[in-house]
Amino acid sequence: MTNLPSISYFIPELIVIGLILTTICLDFSSKLRKHILPVNILGVLFVGLFVWDSFGINQNIFSHLYIIDSFSTFFKLIFVSTTLLILIASSASKELDDIGHPEYYTLMMTVLLGLMIMVSSTNLIMIYIGIETASLASYVLAGMKKGNKASNEASLKYVIFGSFASGIMLYGMSWLYGLAGSTDLYQIHESILNSSALLEDNFMIYVAILMLLAGVGYKISMVPFHYWTPDVYEGAPTPITAFFSIAPKAAGLGLFLRIMYSLFSESGGFADPNPILHVDWPFLIAVLAAGTMTIGNVLAIQQNNVKRILAYSSIAHAGYMLMSASILSVSAIKAIMFYLVIYLFMNLGAFFYAIFISNKCGVEDIEGYKGLGYKSPLMASLMVLLLVSLTGLPPTAGFIGKVYLFSALIEAKTFYWLAVVGILNSVVSLFYYFKIVKVMWLDEPKDDSKITPKPALSILIIVCSIPTLVLGLKWDFLFEFIDKIKF
Amino acid sequence: MNESILTLLIFIPVIGALAMLVFAQFGGKENPDGFKWIAVIATGIQLLLGIWLYLNYNPTDTVLTSAFTVQKEWIPQFNIQYYIGVDGLSMPMVLLTAFLSFICVISSWKITKSPFGFFALFLLLDAGMMGVFVSLDFFLFYVFWEVMLLPMYFLIGIWGGPQRQYAAIKFFLYTLFGSVFMLLAMLTLYFYSDPHTFNLIALIDTAKTIDATLWGFQIKYLIWLCLFIGFAIKVPVFPFHTWLPLAHVEAPTAISVILAGVLLKMGTYGLLRISYPLLPGEVYHFATILAVLGVINIIWGAANAIAQIDLKKMVAYSSVSHMGYVILGMAAVVSNSKAGAEAGMNGAAMQMFNHGTITAMLFLLVGVIYDKAHHRYIFFPKDYKDKALAGKQGFGGLGAQMPIYSALMAMAFFAGLGLPAMSGFISEALCFIGGFSVDTTFAGESSIIRILTIIGTLGILLNAIYFLRAFQHVFFGKLNEKYKELTDISLRELVCVVPIALIILILGIYPAPLIEMIAPTFSNLIDLIQSTPIMGI
Repeated sequence: MTNLPSISYFIPELIVIGLILTTICLDFSSKLRKHILPVNILGVLFVGLFVWDSFGINQNIFSHLYIIDSFSTFFKLIFVSTTLLILIASSASKELDDIGHPEYYTLMMTVLLGLMIMVSSTNLIMIYIGIETASLASYVLAGMKKGNKASNEASLKYVIFGSFASGIMLYGMSWLYGLAGSTDLYQIHESILNSSALLEDNFMIYVAILMLLAGVGYKISMVPFHYWTPDVYEGAPTPITAFFSIAPKAAGLGLFLRIMYSLFSESGGFADPNPILHVDWPFLIAVLAAGTMTIGNVLAIQQNNVKRILAYSSIAHAGYMLMSASILSVSAIKAIMFYLVIYLFMNLGAFFYAIFISNKCGVEDIEGYKGLGYKSPLMASLMVLLLVSLTGLPPTAGFIGKVYLFSALIEAKTFYWLAVVGILNSVVSLFYYFKIVKVMWLDEPKDDSKITPKPALSILIIVCSIPTLVLGLKWDFLFEFIDKIKF
Repeated sequence: MNESILTLLIFIPVIGALAMLVFAQFGGKENPDGFKWIAVIATGIQLLLGIWLYLNYNPTDTVLTSAFTVQKEWIPQFNIQYYIGVDGLSMPMVLLTAFLSFICVISSWKITKSPFGFFALFLLLDAGMMGVFVSLDFFLFYVFWEVMLLPMYFLIGIWGGPQRQYAAIKFFLYTLFGSVFMLLAMLTLYFYSDPHTFNLIALIDTAKTIDATLWGFQIKYLIWLCLFIGFAIKVPVFPFHTWLPLAHVEAPTAISVILAGVLLKMGTYGLLRISYPLLPGEVYHFATILAVLGVINIIWGAANAIAQIDLKKMVAYSSVSHMGYVILGMAAVVSNSKAGAEAGMNGAAMQMFNHGTITAMLFLLVGVIYDKAHHRYIFFPKDYKDKALAGKQGFGGLGAQMPIYSALMAMAFFAGLGLPAMSGFISEALCFIGGFSVDTTFAGESSIIRILTIIGTLGILLNAIYFLRAFQHVFFGKLNEKYKELTDISLRELVCVVPIALIILILGIYPAPLIEMIAPTFSNLIDLIQSTPIMGI
């Protein structure tokens, strides 16, 4: 489709751009400044509505630069809901009180725009633009607490790691361009498939895959590109950390799936069980997945800062999802999407609780969580639910998500060893999640004071807990929804 | 009523827990006894329903013909069903669960540390246990199996003894380690069966047709191993037993009763419900190893019990030993004499029930003395914090001071060491008879299970040593001056213990009700296993 008619499919992205500009304009007047938050919330809601409305469309726009399909729409829904919840949470978070608000919202919307472009692009250049748009804004967001050394450090580490990774990725892209003479994913796939030289020696493809993986892997904090994660997560303001742990990860996974399937599977589409030219990249992904979850879980054990624990746990969860990504099948992709929805709720919920506690008690260290179960029983019970779900125990949604991930693996009847690694990792994760439960409930509180929850945050925690429990008991409607996505 | 009875059995405790939540919002703070009464009512109704179920239960019914069976869709896309039912295997366990839950609520009357939390968690635990014993869908079974862990973690971790935090997480980690392997086995069974299903009855037909290899093994054998790890940790089979003494000792009395009385049985129940009917060929290959492990359990558990100076720890190790009899009896299924196999299997099932009652009585009685004397040492340890007491005898001469208590304890000890006229004797004897009958297997191979059984009988002797020794040091001899003021067992404690004592006595003299309940189911199970053609691993 040519440029002009394409615009009608591009409305959600345009609204986001509009929001960025509006926020800047509103900042000019001190009277209008207080409306920035409601305008952004409303705007994101509208984006969500338009994205929802485009579900089911399958259309190439801007002359094959961009695609609107149910796959990308699903991921956009994830970004929009995360952004919405984070916007509300940041307004309630004390950490962000003394931060200039307008730029915060501008940057947030810029990340959202970048992520949306990431999952919709079908051209290497567009993909790179998407990644960089999201990354550059993220670097600044991580350093939002200007006077805080940890936050500055986080930002700097993020920049260095990020630019390094995207540099390698860019080199991989140029490599691909050299092989195929095009930046369009479908044309690249076509020429790789028909190249007799590559059929004889597929080493070049390995190199290209490895380099592309560097860029994507850094986004989803895949081992060995995970080193930035704990420090950035610890230093960044907690709402931003919560955002980083979901939205860019989901985008990275979406991009990963799109690149790997449309470039390196034999038929160039989703759900093709054969890798291109017998390049055994699924095995490579399986090994990386095993490494990612094992390192994430094992390193989480010795952490004492709740944000760091959640950071390592998010590495582990990326590993679980990658585990399924190593299987080239429709049910594997569906399992990943299913897990993403659940992960969104349970992980955000846990982060909201961390925000709640750091607001009330000013602590992030696990020692400060002592006896919280007796100080605010309802919220602490919900936190237990969320942690149980993160561990993957019934009757919570986390269990069902894991069952689907493992099912995809076992259904494919390959990589049984990976399934064994995966389940052992679940056991390991119990240990550190329940370290938090232990101090909250099993240790005696230091004093008899009670904590009264702030309405906004407690509602958010409840909003995240309800799906975490309900989807553990009845999840067929979510599965039906994901079933409708066409590949 | 028929249709909903099992659902009610599972969910009455959940309703009780919800009622507590409501009560806690409206006036629960001033009136903590209310929580106890709600728990009594909930478990009481459950017990009455259990009795009703027992009276209306027809032992010759299978789950397919039984009127109590319920089969409904849960998640159709994944073919998961809400499929529950009872047969001779689950019936005694359902009764045991309902009975012990009720007793445990009464025995925990003196809980002062947040009774709301304790009793609400206890009821959730109760629901989980009941669910495990009636589930006929593997997915449902697994969900209930795991749901139990969380309340148990908190019950040990908050209301337990000095090392409660370590005990709680150790219990949790061990059990989860086992159950994740079970999850793998479950999913493998699902995807290899055609049509894909979690239905345990349908899987009996389809599971044995699985024919694939992995890493040089039959997939079926690997499934068996995964299931075995999951169940063996729960039983616990040597060498997976190390969580048990710690958890049992640190848990509060009522929870020790539930742990030893019900939770351990889930391991053997799972083997009999899932591994045995689904993978009969593998049962045959594994029977000798089962017998070996069973005998190790008997001897190792008893030997450890002899070494204990803490009464509760001694009882805990006696559980390891007694569960060994169950494993040995189960191994007898391969016997070439049908009567021998039946003796072994029935003995195993009866031992599951009888050990549940006997060990419950032991733990309750140990709890009684602990409440009064605030310790339970037969001998104080050498490094005891009070130097004057270190290495000295803990009690002594209580027989004259607390006659009723001593009589009950004597009975519990004798039941534990398998004295005739007590229920334990019959089931242990049947397990040994079963094991002894396996000279050759039904496929005609010679077997060493008979020799193993002979070694296992040593366990009876070892059992007698620690029970009698403990009894002698606690109740005979000169009265310890410190305990001159000790009062005898109270009425509430009697209410807990006497019904159990009666059951032990009645089933010891007249075991027919129990045997009639289980025998038809086990006869079918043995036929199923013995009619399976034996293939290589």
